[in-house]
Amino acid sequence: MDLIRLKNVKKQYKNGVTAIYDLSLSIKKGSFVFVIGGSGSGKSTFIKMLYREEKPTKGSIIVGGVNVAKLRNKKVYKLRRKLGIVFQDYRLLPKLNVYENVSFAMEVIGAKKDETRRKVLKALELVGLKNKIHNYPDQLSGGEQQRVAIARAIVNEPKLLICDEPTGNLDPDRSMEIVKVLEEINKTCGTTVIMATHDKEIVNKMQKEVISLKDGRLISHIEKGGYNENI
Amino acid sequence: MKIFRMLGRSIRDAFKSVFRNFSLSIASISCITITLIIVALSILASFNVENFTKEIEKDMTIVVFLESNSDENTIRYVTNRIKNLSNVESYDFKDKATVKKEMQQESSIFNTIMEDWNNEDNPLKDTYQIKVKKIEDISKTAKTIEKIKGVSVVRYGAGMVDKMVQAFSSIEKVAYGVVIALVVVTVFLIINTIKLTIFSRKREISIMRLVGASNFTIKIPFIIEGMILGVIGSIIPICIITFGYLAFYQHFDGYLYSKLIELIQPEPFIYEVSLIIVGIGILVGMIGSASAVRKYLKV
Ligand SMILES: Nc1ncnc2c1ncn2[C@@H]1O[C@H](COP(=O)(O)OP(=O)(O)OP(=O)(O)O)[C@@H](O)[C@H]1O
Ligand SMILES: [Mg+2]
Repeated sequence: MDLIRLKNVKKQYKNGVTAIYDLSLSIKKGSFVFVIGGSGSGKSTFIKMLYREEKPTKGSIIVGGVNVAKLRNKKVYKLRRKLGIVFQDYRLLPKLNVYENVSFAMEVIGAKKDETRRKVLKALELVGLKNKIHNYPDQLSGGEQQRVAIARAIVNEPKLLICDEPTGNLDPDRSMEIVKVLEEINKTCGTTVIMATHDKEIVNKMQKEVISLKDGRLISHIEKGGYNENI
Repeated sequence: MKIFRMLGRSIRDAFKSVFRNFSLSIASISCITITLIIVALSILASFNVENFTKEIEKDMTIVVFLESNSDENTIRYVTNRIKNLSNVESYDFKDKATVKKEMQQESSIFNTIMEDWNNEDNPLKDTYQIKVKKIEDISKTAKTIEKIKGVSVVRYGAGMVDKMVQAFSSIEKVAYGVVIALVVVTVFLIINTIKLTIFSRKREISIMRLVGASNFTIKIPFIIEGMILGVIGSIIPICIITFGYLAFYQHFDGYLYSKLIELIQPEPFIYEVSLIIVGIGILVGMIGSASAVRKYLKV
């Protein structure tokens, strides 16, 4: 079954730059997909449209049965509760410790205390940070911070986890650890994972589904493969 | 239950924020305080003015005497003119025979004197008693009536009272202007306070949005913050008017100008005014923060 379906999607920014031209594709539930392409190829734009940070100029984007392209501003939060989002720069709150950074995501959607506690600990265990719950972000390495961000993204048990260059700031070993965590989440929870990346090594090693973009156009979409086969 | 959890969080955040941006909060609170003190004084004054104007309005009538021995035509003419004046609420016509009868009933001395006056040598005059709509304009109305042909004398209330009423009403107008200007300034100050709060929490807000907090959840702490500023700002004004009015009332024993003006009793008056003041404080705080949120938090 398809979790995501794009049909004739075009995105032109207000300044006239067209980032995506006529993109149609679908992604199955439970898959692990890399989105690759050079700088400016439209990876982030694609990702942003999935969580409705940007609206497409044309076309439809169905995420979990909802046409996100038509979603009204006031309803965006309902979509966000079904997704987890991870960025290159972690986006943690510096004044909150690891536990609080993750539980924050539960609190602001009004979850109960005991439910929050249970889910936060489970998420932190999954990313392997259960022993550092009292640390503050500046007391963690980049890889650990990113794992906190991932824990925050999955704490609400979303069906879809979207990552925009989550390994962009990390060395190859830490990057691999992060991708392994994502794979683990994909396998154990059945969460669909979409990850935009530049990292050839990772894509080659993982041999997963790959969507490659170039200058805003889809140039290939393969079930299983590496980076080089697509360019 | 969920709503209470969220509200608890919002209120906590709002208080934190008031103290985090302490200097700007103080500026807003001071502005609200000054505004509300002036608003409170205006309310106290205008309610009192209204109260005693109503009191004296009851006895404030214009009495119009026609010239002696006016004929039917004159009476009809004058009645018509009076009836058509815009400030005339009601009028009551008494011909001289009725006036004579009333006076006879009032005292036995009048009774004996007037007993053998017949209609021809009754020296009394036909009269109108006129109630006006707007007491401030009573002298204007009286002057207009005086000019009507067939009218001999016009009398109305104590001259001082209507001058005072006029003075009060113009003071009131100036006060309204000042209050409105102050409210506007206050709202702008609150907008700036909340703006700064929003700015200092930009990262938090973007993460909240990311993880699916509703717009309402994101906005409500800021609106509560505005309300808190309003409530804190109304504390001093309420103390001032409560104790001030009580002292004022007791000092003058409830009356001004040798019993001419009766002051409104402090209880429950000051409680009502206090309530109005808190209400205005909260409202101003809310309006300020709501518009700041709308402008700077496009969610
Ligand atoms: N907010 C924006 N306003 C205008 N143009 C934008 C905006 N965001 C991106 N673009 C443009 O759209 C094109 C695609 O950008 P996008 O960020 O999607 O690329 P990317 O594949 O993520 O690149 P990178 O690998 O460098 O992150 C670029 O030409 C970029 O300049
Ligand atoms: Mg990008």
